[in-house]
Amino acid sequence: MAAQVRQDAGVIERPQRVNELRRFLKVFLGRPVVVIGLVIILLLLITAAIPNVLAPHDPTTQNLRTILAQPSSEHLLGTDSLGRDLLSRIIYGARTAVIVGVLALGLSSSLGMTLGLLAGYFGGLVYSIIMRFVDALMAFPAMLLTLSIVALLGGGMHMVIIALGIGMMTGYARVMCAQAISIKENDYVLAARSLGSSSWRMMVRHVLPNAFPPMIVMMTIMIGSTILAEAGLSYLGIGIKEPTVAWGSMVNDGYKWLLTNPLLSLAPGLAIIIVVYAFNMVGDGLRDALDPRLRGTL
Amino acid sequence: MQTFIIRRLLQIVLVLLIVTILVFLMVRLLPGDPILMYMTQQNMEILSQEQIDVIRHDLGLDRSLAVQYVDWLSHALRGDLGLSIINRGDVAAEIIRRMPISMYLAGIAFIISIIVGIPLGVVSAVRRGTWLDSFLTSVGNLGITIPTFWLGILLIYFFGMKLDWLPIFGWTSPFDDLAMNIKQSILPVTCLTVAPIATAIRMTRSSMLEVMRQDYIRTAWSKGLKEQSIILGHALKNGLIPVITMKGMSLAHIVGGSVIIETVFSIPGMGRLAVEGLFSQDYMVVQGVMIVTGSVVLLVNLLVDLSYGWLDPRIRYS
Repeated sequence: MAAQVRQDAGVIERPQRVNELRRFLKVFLGRPVVVIGLVIILLLLITAAIPNVLAPHDPTTQNLRTILAQPSSEHLLGTDSLGRDLLSRIIYGARTAVIVGVLALGLSSSLGMTLGLLAGYFGGLVYSIIMRFVDALMAFPAMLLTLSIVALLGGGMHMVIIALGIGMMTGYARVMCAQAISIKENDYVLAARSLGSSSWRMMVRHVLPNAFPPMIVMMTIMIGSTILAEAGLSYLGIGIKEPTVAWGSMVNDGYKWLLTNPLLSLAPGLAIIIVVYAFNMVGDGLRDALDPRLRGTL
Repeated sequence: MQTFIIRRLLQIVLVLLIVTILVFLMVRLLPGDPILMYMTQQNMEILSQEQIDVIRHDLGLDRSLAVQYVDWLSHALRGDLGLSIINRGDVAAEIIRRMPISMYLAGIAFIISIIVGIPLGVVSAVRRGTWLDSFLTSVGNLGITIPTFWLGILLIYFFGMKLDWLPIFGWTSPFDDLAMNIKQSILPVTCLTVAPIATAIRMTRSSMLEVMRQDYIRTAWSKGLKEQSIILGHALKNGLIPVITMKGMSLAHIVGGSVIIETVFSIPGMGRLAVEGLFSQDYMVVQGVMIVTGSVVLLVNLLVDLSYGWLDPRIRYS
């Protein structure tokens, strides 16, 4: 639009610029895997919202007459050792995965972004203290760190979310810090400073919005890892506890009957794979579509 | 170069100090009481408060946190990580006994991931757009998606139970019975190596594509050099820099993965020790495992930093 006005005014002859949003959508939706991923995520959200409508049975009702039933028309995927319908449990597990994934992602990204912003904007001693702390957290494998925090906090959904929030924040802190350092050197930040903006206003109004696109991409890419990490914790029996249904703990529970009822263990894992794959593909597509080096092409 | 190494070492010492404080505070301040665990283990539920206080005093847990920390740190610096609260075993000795097992499996998985992942990534980039590229990209995408524990169970189901080719749990030292050791290691190592191979393929591919766009590669083509010498001589070395960084970090991932895999396959390594320590709230074991793991990861990161200079002479350490 702006280019159009200038052309009409006849000031400078500019080449026709490509509409950014249309270019973004064209690249983003141009890949079939991304579209498939989006559809899967939509289905996941629907499943998480109304599992009671979709599930054929109650996920926690035990039925001693149908223990370890093989797949049938009544129980499409069979039943577990307590006679609970496997398909219904997988459907209810979607809700847990979404809740933990979204909240843990929100917590880790906001923690990491806040620390990174403070470190990058103020520099000096603040930078050293925050980033050495982040370095120290990064010295632990994320799995070991989150595992320790959950185990010591005592398990349960809240604790899993807190542990994942702390354990997975380091990446955001580092990227945000680098962003803030480079953005604060820009002229418009200098201009805002000379107009007397406070540090708080500078960070929130100028640095943060400009650092946001890479953070969005990072969050999309990280949500898959977050869901995987939750599954790992629940698998070890230290994360989500009964009666809340979690895919990771279902894999662990079913292991005892692997030889006779392999679906008990393998089917919930397949659900994890499908969901994580969808998020990873959408994340990859988003990154490619937002890649500044591709901007203005196509 | 020397000043850089010295500065990095000093920085690592500082970070390691923060690591010890973090571990110590985390283990102490979070809820949970190892004394209660100790009592249930020893069937001593009927102890009076005074007797509990005596045990607490014997274990030194009634002192102030600062005193406990300094005491623990000064011992740790001398290689003494204290005694397990639950079974009174020497923590450092236990770690030394178990670490080779984890390092053996993680090390093999790490080497395989480099040998397999990087060449596949290069092939994928060089043959961009072919069916081979699409295949390798899908392998990469799938590899970072599959949960290690699920893959372990799938492999156990097929190769252990259905086909009965491989043992599904346990550990035998390669010095005792090499054949058995190899048999028992195949499944866990496969599980540990899938995700790192996948990340190596993805990372090498994107990094190589980036490099292949550079002007000096076009120059090399226009000079009439052979494809092989352009890729191996010009592109690969620069393309590897981000891959090396990532491999350094992936070692931490493999170590994290072995926490789960050692549980799946009942392997008595460090990861299993960490899980057992956490389940029984054994402060000393958890602290020991985390400090040792943290130190190893920090050292690997230092080696990664130093390798940049060899790969890219433009990087000067000053």
